[in-house]
Amino acid sequence: MGVGPHAYKEMPALELDRVCRDFVTPAGRTYRAIEDISLAVEAGAFVAIVGPSGCGKSTLLNVAAGLLPPSSGRVRVDGVDLVGLNRRATYMFQQDALLPWKTVRDNVALGLTLAGVARAESHARADAWLARVGLTAFTAHYPAQLSGGMRKRVTMAQNWIIDRGLMLMDEPFSALDVHTRQRMESELLALWDEATAELAENAENNHALRAQRAPRFKRTVLFVTHDLEEAIALADEVVVLSAGPASRIVARHPVTLDRPRDLMELRTTTAFVDLYRALWAVLREEVVKSQRHA
Amino acid sequence: MRKNGEKSEVGSLKSADRSDFRLQASRFRRASVVAWQILVGVVALALWQGLVSLKLLDPFFVSRPSDIARRIATWIASGTLWPHLIVTLEESLLGLVVGAALGIALGFVFARSPMVARVFDPYIKMLNAIPRVVLAPLFLLWFGLGIWSKVALAVTLVFFVMFFSTYQGVRDASQVLIDNVRMLGATERQLVRHVLVPSALTWIFSSLHTSLGFAMVGAVVGEYLGSTRGLGYVISQAEGTFDTTGVFAGMTILGVVVVIVSAAVTRLERWLLRWKRDER
Repeated sequence: MGVGPHAYKEMPALELDRVCRDFVTPAGRTYRAIEDISLAVEAGAFVAIVGPSGCGKSTLLNVAAGLLPPSSGRVRVDGVDLVGLNRRATYMFQQDALLPWKTVRDNVALGLTLAGVARAESHARADAWLARVGLTAFTAHYPAQLSGGMRKRVTMAQNWIIDRGLMLMDEPFSALDVHTRQRMESELLALWDEATAELAENAENNHALRAQRAPRFKRTVLFVTHDLEEAIALADEVVVLSAGPASRIVARHPVTLDRPRDLMELRTTTAFVDLYRALWAVLREEVVKSQRHA
Repeated sequence: MRKNGEKSEVGSLKSADRSDFRLQASRFRRASVVAWQILVGVVALALWQGLVSLKLLDPFFVSRPSDIARRIATWIASGTLWPHLIVTLEESLLGLVVGAALGIALGFVFARSPMVARVFDPYIKMLNAIPRVVLAPLFLLWFGLGIWSKVALAVTLVFFVMFFSTYQGVRDASQVLIDNVRMLGATERQLVRHVLVPSALTWIFSSLHTSLGFAMVGAVVGEYLGSTRGLGYVISQAEGTFDTTGVFAGMTILGVVVVIVSAAVTRLERWLLRWKRDER
């Protein structure tokens, strides 16, 4: 199994075990979105899921988040069967999910507010995160006053501040223009590398501390995208789903590119291009199939 | 209110200039609207006064603006207006508050529990279809000649407006926002507070203007049909003596009060929904 250099040998952070999910169509028929998906994501790994549009990628993520119960099969989080919402995960949605009636600061602090953290502390921590994503000047703005890229950064801060081990991301950058998108990808990787670097440092300095705190810093990412380039550039492993309905996993491919990665240059390196070719050969077939269905 | 520089990643001088220009333009637009509003009023009143002076209209039936103005001035000067106005405002306000509270609360319950909504749906529709004038004598019987029979009438009008808009507002809340807040750890109660209430507020406030008008209508109709105080009582007394000037004076005061209170509601709404202002 392809896992990145940051991976640790323990139980998977997320495990889907023969998961199926059906929907009832308005016509009363049963539509199977995903079929027999078994996937284990090691703690600390960055896994990207690619597939043609309508292949049930979002369904898979919603099942992992606990927003949708699987029709059959099981979901385990850190080895424990998932019941209800996945409290160890954050979810970055494709659409804008910031509360339009809250300021940028209140949006970032939201997870802390909900957990009952005192206002002064949650604001201080939100401000620290806003500084980290370069939005200090916009703390008192409302989401509607920001550009699309800025809103994504606020969303990242909103999710990272509550510090959960598993990060589910559903095409978070697909609505952005190419350049903003690349920048957001770089920022995401920087945050992720930073978190894992903190972990490594702690591990070196203090073994007891590592045992105690490692899960807090270890960030596992499950990143859904339809863009193969994005998947390879970001992930340790790329999982390809077949065209829907009843999507299955058709390929899993490790990405052995070194980290940290320079996304500006990465896409033209031979290693990247070779990977792209190998995976595109698989994905292309599914894309063609999905277009035939449509 | 819009600061242009915010939209671009780096604010620039150019956009600051532009926002200055925009501010001026919007000020000019507002001034010209007010000017037109005054003009429309003046022309209408002049026409009315002129037609009566030319004997094309009989002042017995339609009075005339100058008489109405004089009557209002007398009422104000002698102080006879205030007790009536205060009673009417009191009834309207109570009707608005009680009706809104009931409507919003029940709207929430219905929106959150589809079973309740389905069971009660025909009854709500039936109740809403009852003409309120029919209820007025009943309320007089139940609550007496005092303010509470008028409050009750106002409540029956305000309740349904608030109920339907709250119901719609809660049902309309974006699923992504709900999912996101739940993933961030919200309990059911926090979900209501941070997502459903603010989402419904947009709808509730857009219906607040209508509700306010309805509350006044309820109060005045109630007074009209049986009371010893209030603007409705003043109007009905005037009608009883074919005093058209008194009737029009009462209606004018009612209209002016509604405009003033409505402006206050607009201000409150603008503040509460300030996050919406810059939406594209």
